[in-house]
Amino acid sequence: MNALAEKYPVEIEKILAKYPADQKRSAVMPMLYLAQRESGYVTKQALNEIAEILEISPTEVAGIVGFYSLYYDEPAGKYRIQVCTDLPCALRGSEEFLNKLCENLGIQVGETTADGLVTVEAVMCLAACDHAPMYQVQAFASTPAAEHITYHENQTVESTLELIESWRKQAQGRK
Amino acid sequence: MQEFILLRHRNIPGLNKLEVYQQNGGFEAFRKVVTGMQPAEVVDVVKASGLRGRGGAGFPTGMKWSFIDNKNWPHYVTANADESEPGTFKDREIMEGNPFQFLEGLAIASYAVQANAAYVYLRGEFWQLAHQLDQRIAEMESAGLLGEHLFGTQYSLHIYTHLGAGAYICGEETAMLESLEGKLGQPRLRPPFPPSYGLYGKPTIVNNVETLANVPLIIANGAAWYHTFGTEKSAGVKIFSLSGCVNKPGNYELPLGTTFRELIFTHGGGLPEGRTIKAIMPAGASSSLIVATEQALDTPMDYESVPALGAQLGSASVIIIDDSVNLQWLLNKTLHFFKHESCGKCTPCREGTYWMMHITERLTSGQGTPQDVELLRSVASQIKGKCLCALGEFSIEAVLSGLDRFPEDFKIPVK
Repeated sequence: MNALAEKYPVEIEKILAKYPADQKRSAVMPMLYLAQRESGYVTKQALNEIAEILEISPTEVAGIVGFYSLYYDEPAGKYRIQVCTDLPCALRGSEEFLNKLCENLGIQVGETTADGLVTVEAVMCLAACDHAPMYQVQAFASTPAAEHITYHENQTVESTLELIESWRKQAQGRK
Repeated sequence: MQEFILLRHRNIPGLNKLEVYQQNGGFEAFRKVVTGMQPAEVVDVVKASGLRGRGGAGFPTGMKWSFIDNKNWPHYVTANADESEPGTFKDREIMEGNPFQFLEGLAIASYAVQANAAYVYLRGEFWQLAHQLDQRIAEMESAGLLGEHLFGTQYSLHIYTHLGAGAYICGEETAMLESLEGKLGQPRLRPPFPPSYGLYGKPTIVNNVETLANVPLIIANGAAWYHTFGTEKSAGVKIFSLSGCVNKPGNYELPLGTTFRELIFTHGGGLPEGRTIKAIMPAGASSSLIVATEQALDTPMDYESVPALGAQLGSASVIIIDDSVNLQWLLNKTLHFFKHESCGKCTPCREGTYWMMHITERLTSGQGTPQDVELLRSVASQIKGKCLCALGEFSIEAVLSGLDRFPEDFKIPVK
């Protein structure tokens, strides 16, 4: 049984249609996004299932997870706030922003809040250098697919804490 | 009001809607080439326009197209929308504001090399942009601008988006092709170059988003028109992404050959009060540091003049460094980036970026010694010329130019 294939038949068909029939391996990246959409990371089972669908080895799929920054092999927060602290943003205060945000949340950079809602990370340039401080949010669980990654520019610690609060309320509403 | 070639959406509201784009002449150039021009004629017009690759290398676009191997089929075109160089944010604005002009350019390029499938490789972080592009591609299909037998001819074209997942190296064209094939994004040994051995081993043209966005207007208005902008050897306009210690960071579309002074002070509003300009990085984190002398500020930003200052124009991501910035800190920043983004294939880059980052960490934490500065220079010098792609080279540009041109920033007291 291939749980991924059973769960996302339409999505998988759409993904495979993008590439030549004899080049299924090209679909490994979109398939990984699909696989980690719910749990926020790629499980061992999902690795095997993707490998089976694309007719490559699980090791090759695992290599892709390890190589690219946006795939994870461990769970973290339902929302990953990824703050750009590269040179142009750092020249405009992004490091102070990141440190103050973490201080307010009572975590260190890279850690997850105790309720499992938010992980805050420092990441490389996000191509929004004129709107620092800025971050992207990689959201999992019930977020619509089109909003899996969103940009948040010209941010303050206050605006970010408000955003987190709105997620918290949403999460409580669902319980 | 400024006239735009690439950032036309700033003057035309709603240009990112197909209807508005078509009302403003959109897809007339694509129709013209498919219904009335031979592929080789299209290549000749782009060649004559003097358009050069805007992704960083500045390679003549028409010449690249003419290299496509016509003995090996099928052909592919891939648009490089991986935009990941620190300080670069121009392709994002084009794809958000003027996406159809980019897609039309991609379609024309595809016709010019007779490709029936084209891919847009976007960095994974451009997730929402990719979803918007998917919708726009679907609209083009419905409008008969993509698909089979276009405009009643035998020519067919499909465009697909493909999302990366956070890897700077995939902006390097052969690493991008590997990634598109579902492999690790690691560069290939070149030659062979993509026009003879590209995606799935087939002849492939890789062009940057901004490069392609120029093409529809070149076809519509002719090669001579494009030469009315820019300089003799660097024709046309360029989007300069201005960032760092400047009052008005942002994208500025200007003719090639505009001076640094005009970009920074006339358009960018100069530096915050009380600050003076110390250095310029004209090509993002991959850039050499230029000492901001009066002569440097008066230098035209084009493919010939910037190298004369000991730097490259690259993708024209101009980062401004003011007098409050210590270059030990700056190098630690850029090296942290390159260490993170090194794909690991070539040892000098993989090991070198790691050790250079650690040396600058010692320096910035006050633990450094004068020997560390020499060690930094030594490691950097040993990376030069020893890697498959440019990433290793890029990582040492700021290091060596910083050490040579700003020695006062690296004077370490002997303990």
